[in-house]
Amino acid sequence: MARFASRHPVWTFIIVLAAAVFLWLIFAPWSAEMEETLGRKRIFLNAIFGGVTLGALYFLVASGFTLIFGLMRNVNLAHGSLYLLGGYLGFEISEFTGSWLIAFPVVFIIVALVGIVLQHQVFRRMDGEDLRQTMVTIGLSVVLADLMLWYWGGQSYTIFAPDWLSGPMTLPIISSIRDSGEIVYLRYPAVRMAILLAAIVIGIGMWLLLNRTRLGMFVRAGVDDREMLAASGVRIQYIFLAVFAFGAGLAGIAGIVGGTFQSLSPGEDTRFLLASLVVVIVGGMGSIPGAAIGALVIGLSEQLGLVYAPTYSVVFTFLIMALVLAFRPQGLLGSAR
Amino acid sequence: MAVIENPDHASSSDAPTRSWYENIAPGWWVLAVIMLFMPAVANDFILFQVFGWTFILGMIALSLMFLAGYGGMVSLIQMSVAAMAGYMVAIFGFSGISDLSLGMPWWVYLPLAILIATIFGTLVGALAVRTEGIYTIMITLAIASAFFYFTRQNYGIFNGYTGFNLVVPPQLFGVDWRAPMPFYYLTLGCATLAYLAVVYVSRAPFGLVLQGIRDNPRRMAALGYNVVAHRIAAYTFASIIAAVGGILLVWQNAQVAPGTAGIPAVIDILVIAVIGGIGRPIGAFIGAIIYVVLSTFAPDFLFSVGLSAERFNLLIGLGFLAIVFFSPDGVLGLWDRWQERRAKRGDPLTGRSEDGGDPL
Repeated sequence: MARFASRHPVWTFIIVLAAAVFLWLIFAPWSAEMEETLGRKRIFLNAIFGGVTLGALYFLVASGFTLIFGLMRNVNLAHGSLYLLGGYLGFEISEFTGSWLIAFPVVFIIVALVGIVLQHQVFRRMDGEDLRQTMVTIGLSVVLADLMLWYWGGQSYTIFAPDWLSGPMTLPIISSIRDSGEIVYLRYPAVRMAILLAAIVIGIGMWLLLNRTRLGMFVRAGVDDREMLAASGVRIQYIFLAVFAFGAGLAGIAGIVGGTFQSLSPGEDTRFLLASLVVVIVGGMGSIPGAAIGALVIGLSEQLGLVYAPTYSVVFTFLIMALVLAFRPQGLLGSAR
Repeated sequence: MAVIENPDHASSSDAPTRSWYENIAPGWWVLAVIMLFMPAVANDFILFQVFGWTFILGMIALSLMFLAGYGGMVSLIQMSVAAMAGYMVAIFGFSGISDLSLGMPWWVYLPLAILIATIFGTLVGALAVRTEGIYTIMITLAIASAFFYFTRQNYGIFNGYTGFNLVVPPQLFGVDWRAPMPFYYLTLGCATLAYLAVVYVSRAPFGLVLQGIRDNPRRMAALGYNVVAHRIAAYTFASIIAAVGGILLVWQNAQVAPGTAGIPAVIDILVIAVIGGIGRPIGAFIGAIIYVVLSTFAPDFLFSVGLSAERFNLLIGLGFLAIVFFSPDGVLGLWDRWQERRAKRGDPLTGRSEDGGDPL
C-alpha cells in the first residue's frame, strides 16, 4: 500500500478523493438540490447496498475460481455448474431438514467431494494441457446443466431464509430527513446483511489461511512456482485436491446464498460462471484480494447500472472489463507473468 | 467424407509437370460430384435442413478453426460475429419489424452487414490478442455473453428479446433463394469459397507467418514480424467468413434473435470445431455434419431408448467429452491415426512403411 502510494502519488490522491466523496455520499444527509439531480438518496443507498451484497456473492463464487486457477492453471468452466448444483442441493436439504444453516456444511462437503472427483479423475489425467482441460470443463458444464435440468426441471426455486433473518433491519445510515426534522434511517433486508458479513468473514478467513498457515504457505508457493514446490518434497497433488475441494465447496455454498436472495433456475450456472470470469479478469487471475475488488466493482456497477441506466447495465460491466484489459491486461491486482 | 486426402501431398511433390486440376486428389473430385448432384437424390428436408445447416455451421466453425488451428487463438466470439451480420441484414434490409428495418437494396445491405460484422470481430480480436491461451477463451466468452445480453435488452436497434423475423434473401435473378434447391447451392457455393479461401490463406505468406506465430510468437517477433497485427488480421479474415455464415443462417431461420448468439450457441460452435478436428479446415464441416445429423435425428434415437428429446444436450455433451478425452484432435485425428496404423503395416517384405501419415 505504502509502496503504491509512493510510486503513484497522483493515482493515490484520486483514489482517496473518490473514496472520500463516496463515503460522504453514503453517510451525509442529502440536500434538496442533490436529491433533484441525483434522485432520492434511498434509491442510491439501496443500489449501493445491493451492489455490495451482490459483490459479496460474486466474491464467494469467484474466489474459488481464482484460487483454482492461480494454483493449477486450470480454468474450471464448470464452476457455474458447481454453484447451481450447490444451490439445488441446498434447497433440497433445507426443505428436508427444515434448517437453513445445516444446509451449508452439508452442501460444502458434497460439492467439495464432487470437486475432488473432478480433480482426481479428470484434471489430473491431463495435467499441463490447459486447453484440453478447459474444453473438458465446457463439456462437463453442458452435461451437468442438462442433468440438473432433467432432475430439477425448468422452474425456479427460492430457498427461504430462517425467521430470525427474515424482515428488514435498521442501519445507522441516514436515508432522509423529514420536514418535521425526524431522521429516517435506512432499512435493509437482514439476510442480505448476514450474507455480506459472512462473505467478509470468509474472505478474511481465506486471507488468514493463505498468509498465516503452513498450508497457505504451500498454496502461495504453488501459485508462484509449482515445479519448485513439488521438487522440494511437498505432495503437490494433495494440495491440488484440497484447493479444488475448497474452491468447489465455496461455489456450492455460494449457490445456497444465491438461492436465498435471488433464485435458482437453469441458466444461472452460466450467469455466475460469466460473472466470475469477469470478476477475475478485472481483479487479476489467482489473486484473492483481486477477486474481492473485482467482485465489488462488478456488483456495484451492475446494481448502479440497473437503477440509473437499466438498458445498459450489462454494457457497463463489459466496458469495465474492456478498459481493464486495454490498460492492465493482467487485471487490477494480477501479477504479470 | 471418407475419401478425403490431405491436398498438401499432391501439390508439393511433382507439381511443375502437372496442371492445377491434376494436383487435386481424386477424393475431392468424387466429393464435388456427389455434392453437386445431391439435389437429384435427396429430398427437400435433407437439402435445406441438413445440408444447408451443415454448410452454415461449418462456415462459422471454419472461422473458429482458422483462428484456433492456424493462429492458436481459441475465440468464442465467432457466433456473435455471425449473429451481428445477421442483425445488420435485418436492420439495413427488410424484416417483419418494418419500424426498425431501413429497407435498403441488397447490394447496399449485404456489404454493409459483412463490413460491420468484420469491424466488430476485429475490435474484439484487438482486445483478445492482448491475452493468450485460456485467457482468450475467457475473454471472448465474456464478450460474447455481453453481446447476448446487450441485444436482449436493447429495443432501439436490436428489438430486444424478440429480435427480427421474416428476414428472407432477396429475389435475385427471379430465383427464390430460400427454396431448398437454390438455398442448397447457395450455401454449398459459399462454404466451398470459404473453404478454398482458408486453404489458400493458410499457404499464402500471411498464413505461414500466422502459423509461425502460433508456434513461437517471440521468435517471429525477433524475425521482424508484427505479431499483434498478424493476429488481429487473422480475426478480420475469420470474421468475414463468420459474417457470411451468419447471413446465411439468418436467411435459413428467417429470423434472428438474441438466442442466435446465446451461450449454448457459442459453445456449440466450439463443440463442432473440436469434434471435427481443429487441425484442418475440413474438420469444421465434418464436425458440423455430425452435429447436424445428431441434432436432427437425436430426438428419434432418444425416444427409442426411452428418454425425452430434451436430452439432446446430454448426448452432445457426452460426445464432446468423449472426443476431448480420447482424441483431442477430433474425428480427423481418429482418421489420421487409423491411416497411420494402416500405413505402418504397409510393406511386410521390406518392413518399410509408406508415408501415409499426416505431416501435421
